[in-house]
Amino acid sequence: MNIPAELRYSRTHEWVKMEDGVAVIGLTDHAQSQLGDLVFVNLPAVGDEVFAEEAMGDVESVKAVSDINSPVGGVVSAVNEELEDSPQLINEKPYEAWLVKVENPTGVEELLTAQEYETLIAAEQE
Amino acid sequence: MERKTPLYDRHEAAGGKIVPFAGWLLPVQYTGIIAEHMAVRTACGLFDVSHMGELELNGSDSLANINRLLTNDFSGMYVGQARYSPMCYESGGVVDDLIVYKLSDTRYFIVVNAANKDKDRDWIMAHLYGDCVLTDRSDEFAQIALQGPKAEEILRRISDDIPAKYYSAVPEGKAAGKACLISRTGYTGEDGFELYCAAEDAADLWDALLEAGRADGLIPCGLGARDTLRLEAAMPLYGHELSDSINPYEANLGMFVKPEKPDFIGKAALEKARPVTRRRVGLEVTGRGIAREGCPVYDGDRQVGLVTSGTHCPYLGKAVALALVEVSCAEVGKQVILDIRGKRVEAKVIPLPFYKRSQKKD
Repeated sequence: MNIPAELRYSRTHEWVKMEDGVAVIGLTDHAQSQLGDLVFVNLPAVGDEVFAEEAMGDVESVKAVSDINSPVGGVVSAVNEELEDSPQLINEKPYEAWLVKVENPTGVEELLTAQEYETLIAAEQE
Repeated sequence: MERKTPLYDRHEAAGGKIVPFAGWLLPVQYTGIIAEHMAVRTACGLFDVSHMGELELNGSDSLANINRLLTNDFSGMYVGQARYSPMCYESGGVVDDLIVYKLSDTRYFIVVNAANKDKDRDWIMAHLYGDCVLTDRSDEFAQIALQGPKAEEILRRISDDIPAKYYSAVPEGKAAGKACLISRTGYTGEDGFELYCAAEDAADLWDALLEAGRADGLIPCGLGARDTLRLEAAMPLYGHELSDSINPYEANLGMFVKPEKPDFIGKAALEKARPVTRRRVGLEVTGRGIAREGCPVYDGDRQVGLVTSGTHCPYLGKAVALALVEVSCAEVGKQVILDIRGKRVEAKVIPLPFYKRSQKKD
């Protein structure tokens, strides 16, 4: 299972990369493998406010819909439009297919390290 | 406590994601639902469907009983022929939909949905009369489905007993040296076969089929692809398009109801059920979203029906759904609105089936 060391993680399987004070957010490799083939993504709009640990959109696989939770609080400054036509990019390259960017994010310190996330997944498998 | 089919170890070894289904543990997918769905449409897929139930009727009154229990007419069948039918309550609602094979003038083999097997067995037992005995043979059989354009080519490598016609079977066939009933039927909309073998022969037969089809791209497929395939082909699923409160006419299965038969359970109610006030239609979601089971269907502000099955279909590349709607909204071309988790999304009624194998795109 791919868990890049330089990223931070939420308990609900989102990853966060800090880029000049902006939080870039995506779904982890574990998440995409659990969800299966993704066929649809519903993302918030630029300017929407998001809240840490609260749903900000959803992804749909063939079989089901799953919430995407924002790992941080803040305002959406960018949305990855590529995912509208090609949601499968999340399955193919989960750490490149970012979902949204959030500026002035709060709650970053509460995020898990790669090590802590790995422990979380291992515990969930039991 | 869920049960394992004879092929459980094969699914685990192949990396199948096991889920509980109708009291059984089965793979929902191996490599991925989309890859498996496309394999069936372009090459071939292999499914473990051993969870289905197999009931046998024996006796000189078997045909009379079948014709009384089921809405279709089963007279005039040749040995090995198969026919599909709903089985109805007195109310006209459906107990289950199933397939009957004629094995002889006094022996009929009935294949039923896994989820309904006990209910069907009890229902049939309660209504049997005359010289006819029901045996539940479900535990003796495993069932493997081989589905896709390459299915016949692959099966020929391990068997000479290929049924020539759709909905016919070779009851005492052999494949990979194992005795099996080989049927030219399926639940995918492609050409294909369903092989019924002894439970203890299932693993060897599964291995032989995979080996025979490997070079052609045969892969094992799970329940997820089974559902997207049948939905794309607009085939009904009990509990969705059919139920105890949805009759065969509402489900667009009128061609399997023979009112000219002297009598059958549900006949009187079904006679009064026409013309129906609601019926099954196919919807294409034209807005952004995927319609799923339970999604309300609106004509303007008025709810006119419900989605009974829906998903994103891999081959068609779009979201489609089967819905039960008021007949006023059932004509092809009718624009409707779907309530998808609080959002109003546009859809329209389109002809069924969504996918037909004779009209494959290149």
